[in-house]
Amino acid sequence: MSAHTVSAEADTPNLFEEFSQSLAQGTFLLRWCKSCDRPHWYPRHICPFCIESETEWRESAGEGTIYSVSVSKKEGGAHVVAYVTLSDQVTILTSVVTDQPETLHIGQKVRVCRDQTLSGLPLFEVCDPR
Amino acid sequence: MTIKGSAYIVGAYEHPLRKAPHKSTSLLHLECALGAARDAGISLKDIDGYFCDADVPGLGPLAMVDYMGLKLKHFDSTESGGSSYLLHVSHAAQAIAAGKCNIALITMAGRPRSELAAKKAESPYIGPEGDWETPYDAGLVHMYAMCAMRHMHEYGTTAEQLAWIKVAASHHASHNPNAMLRNVVTVDDVLNSPMIASPLHRLDCCVISDGGGALIVTRPEIARSLKRPLVRVLGAGEAIKGQDGGNVDLTYSAGVWSGQRAFEEAGVTPADIDYASIYDSFTITVLMQLEDLGFCEKGKGGAFVADGQLISGVGKLPINTDGGGLCNNHPAHRGGIIKIIEAVRQLRGEAHPALQVQNCGLALAHGTGGPLGSRHGSATLIMERV
Repeated sequence: MSAHTVSAEADTPNLFEEFSQSLAQGTFLLRWCKSCDRPHWYPRHICPFCIESETEWRESAGEGTIYSVSVSKKEGGAHVVAYVTLSDQVTILTSVVTDQPETLHIGQKVRVCRDQTLSGLPLFEVCDPR
Repeated sequence: MTIKGSAYIVGAYEHPLRKAPHKSTSLLHLECALGAARDAGISLKDIDGYFCDADVPGLGPLAMVDYMGLKLKHFDSTESGGSSYLLHVSHAAQAIAAGKCNIALITMAGRPRSELAAKKAESPYIGPEGDWETPYDAGLVHMYAMCAMRHMHEYGTTAEQLAWIKVAASHHASHNPNAMLRNVVTVDDVLNSPMIASPLHRLDCCVISDGGGALIVTRPEIARSLKRPLVRVLGAGEAIKGQDGGNVDLTYSAGVWSGQRAFEEAGVTPADIDYASIYDSFTITVLMQLEDLGFCEKGKGGAFVADGQLISGVGKLPINTDGGGLCNNHPAHRGGIIKIIEAVRQLRGEAHPALQVQNCGLALAHGTGGPLGSRHGSATLIMERV
């Protein structure tokens, strides 16, 4: 039922545009497989696990923990690169916004920034920074 | 079909320059090709197979083959970053076994050190993940640093243990007149060097150098007609690991698969290996690959590399006796061919006398190309002296 068939060119959604527009309105979306019912990242038209089934958007809480992180210096501050494992059990490459980059660590709880994005992509912030 | 015993490495050449502002990259390729052909005792006119990466000047191999004047029956430009050349030896052995060519040439070269001022190294290698990743500007070093951070978290690996990998490389490089960094360094030197991307310091990172290398691979009967010591290809493996749709696991590399395939084909185990060339783009690369290849248990790499255990004549597993990418050479940001060349030197008994492994009969060369933390290609090659 959800097996992918080649659709007309005009019917193919631009996943990045749809994701970014939704994020700008405060909703963080993940692409899920209609057949195996798993989320994946980065979003694709065809599930990378089944490699045959179609996918759909579902809303995510946008919460997770830092799986790994690395901080380097750049002009005017710190450059943070992180993998965040979302509560949906998918790990995404992203960045964490913080004024204390030296305190970032694996296992730290983070959530999607509601008022800040990067070229249509999510940025994360530390929950309950102390 | 197996490649076991179907091909021999008969020529190997490492370009001596580490900075080449006045030579074109194409000329470096040709000088390496001529060096390997002279080492083998053949002419480039004898070459009928050519293997290169997709980083060579021109469209794939087309321009290089035309420039060098090669007349070929077979060519291949498999691209896997710095591990490409390990794949090329394997693919050359396959082509020879299949009768597609008799004498294969592999070349690589580059001038990132001379070109650094002229152009910032921008990655042209952007795939379908581009929209979703490029804005975060994750550099190659971040992609290795995050693996190190996770390894420390999961297994208690320390910065001191990683530093020992650089210390071993510096001991080896002190014997190599061509090495870019020849001073012996200490664990403290590594830890006191500037942090580049936490937890990796400057001395956890390989050098940026110009240069290149070349190899000649041929069938057994031709190898036996030449005058060089015989180095036989026993087994090879290749594998790609990515983010697996978001199932990211930074604790292991594709080396777990490429290594197993190579050991199975060769019919040997890690305990049989006398010398190993282990890709050292960063110190963490070495540590993870040693675990993934089975030289030690997963998570125990830190203890395995500490206290000089990788120094030839001192420790239990001599690696990268040329000084490796950390100290000797990392031409074009791609170290795989130098890994094979030093393994060939060890098997021939032609390594530096202070670092030559006694009765070196079985060697392994292994590489990781591309960013370890996102999408990388691993390749393993096992060779024996006959």
